[in-house]
Amino acid sequence: MTATVRIPTILRPAVGGDAEVEAAGSTVGEALRAVGDAHPPFASLVFERDGSLKRYLAVFVDGRDARHLRGLDTPVGPGAEILVLPAASGGAG
Amino acid sequence: MEITRQAYDDLVAHCIAAAPEEGCGLLEAGPDGVAMRARPIGNVDASPVSYTLDPAGHVRALYDAEAAGRHLSAVFHSHPQGPPVPSPSDVAGALEPEWAHVIVGLGGEAPEVRAFRIEGGAVTEEAVVVVERV
Repeated sequence: MTATVRIPTILRPAVGGDAEVEAAGSTVGEALRAVGDAHPPFASLVFERDGSLKRYLAVFVDGRDARHLRGLDTPVGPGAEILVLPAASGGAG
Repeated sequence: MEITRQAYDDLVAHCIAAAPEEGCGLLEAGPDGVAMRARPIGNVDASPVSYTLDPAGHVRALYDAEAAGRHLSAVFHSHPQGPPVPSPSDVAGALEPEWAHVIVGLGGEAPEVRAFRIEGGAVTEEAVVVVERV
């Protein structure tokens, strides 16, 4: 199955500048790893060494937070949209 | 950056209501680039010195804006005790060079609103122009 992965601005240089990429996979993790296989810099920015997602990122599948589903094992159907979202943060410090 | 009076008043009101914690949210702009809606979003840090937008609120704002033919144009947050200038963590946390970073300073007698572009660690202030619209 092929899903559309929306790439946040900060990660676009890692995929050649694209805002969206198509990725094959039956789960969120498979789709993101497929993007990482095609663009290794993306993989290093998105995944920890143990394969988990970087803590500063959230992933949404068709608008639903994957952390509240099955995480990287969340199934994705044909035409699903996977949104990779870095945490927007800051403050007076 | 240009912002409607309603959006300006709403973002300031949210930051005042969130004090002493930092308030935060996003601004939606129409095709003309004018920020026309403030979207208050929960601060998952619940802190007086930091903010992190609740990701679920962020995504709702994104999809709602796109469904309405708008786009997210700015992130805002407050400095409840300090001046409205970007802190090192504001600069480090800036993710979207296309966004304005609006900071509401609540440390003075009246709220002070300033806006900045932050790209690659470089900070450039831009004027906040309030547009009066019916």
